[in-house]
Amino acid sequence: MKSSRCILSSVIILFLLALSGCGGIPKDALILTPDTIKERQIQSRYYDTTDEEQIIAASAAVLQDLGFTLDKSETKLGFLVASKDRDATSAGQIAGAIVYAMLTGVALPTDRNQKIRVAIIISPSLDEKRTHVRVKFQRKVWNTRDQVSKVETINDPEIYQEFFSKLSKSVFLEANNI
Amino acid sequence: MKITRVLLIVAAVAPLITLSGCQLNPKKQVLAASESQVQLRSIQTRVFESSDKNKVMRSAISTLQDLDFIVDNADLLLGSVSGTKFGKSGTKMYQLKMTVSVRPRGGKQMVVRANAQYNLEAIEDPKPYQDFFTALGKSLFLTAQQVD
Repeated sequence: MKSSRCILSSVIILFLLALSGCGGIPKDALILTPDTIKERQIQSRYYDTTDEEQIIAASAAVLQDLGFTLDKSETKLGFLVASKDRDATSAGQIAGAIVYAMLTGVALPTDRNQKIRVAIIISPSLDEKRTHVRVKFQRKVWNTRDQVSKVETINDPEIYQEFFSKLSKSVFLEANNI
Repeated sequence: MKITRVLLIVAAVAPLITLSGCQLNPKKQVLAASESQVQLRSIQTRVFESSDKNKVMRSAISTLQDLDFIVDNADLLLGSVSGTKFGKSGTKMYQLKMTVSVRPRGGKQMVVRANAQYNLEAIEDPKPYQDFFTALGKSLFLTAQQVD
């Protein structure tokens, strides 16, 4: 009877495993949420100019300032996308992994490197007197076993604030040919 | 003992059933689609009353951004926009990729087609596309209505 119970539980687990692969796309993946407007505000700024080209040039320059390399652009649509690969090791995570290894003898993988991507969309404002800039950051993290350990959109308002203050500076520098 | 044997068979068959949903020849994925071409197009396509390709494309880009996508590529001449979304559903992370193409039809309409892939599978369910076009419609409407 023991073996039959064992087989029964394995059958159940197999079915659960089979099901876990299904499910498909989450229902809310392509639906605008109430958070959308808040996120849009965090990720957007208006600049008092109608010179879209100047803002695109300033954006590209600020991306270079931040060490991004430009992947694609379409100036007619006011679009830029850039990326950079950086270290993703975190002291806290490594300390945790060491403690875990000491207790259990099992080495946990820790985050090793990350790819940070940024897309900037520049468009005229609705009254066509200003220029609207929207930026979004994403990152993908790989661990020491070369597995993707994390994919996420960055939503920290401070990061966006800092980016826009750099962009404002860049717009000024570009305008003054510095 | 009989029960054990039955369970054993079930245990052996269960993974086979799971596998039968899978593929024997992965190369066939190159041209694979579960829906018919016509059906798929009708699910993925909408027509918008606009003669301004640039505006519709910019709306598509801003809709993708609103939906948390990063735009990977955009081309005005070809009328295509592609984006990637890194989302989270519960504790599970997922990757959603989408291409939107905008094509003028007649002088007054734009045909917008979207196709998407969720992790490793193509999305052929009409609902996500309805959601996307609802969002895009809102974006175009908002633009037209001067609401920001």
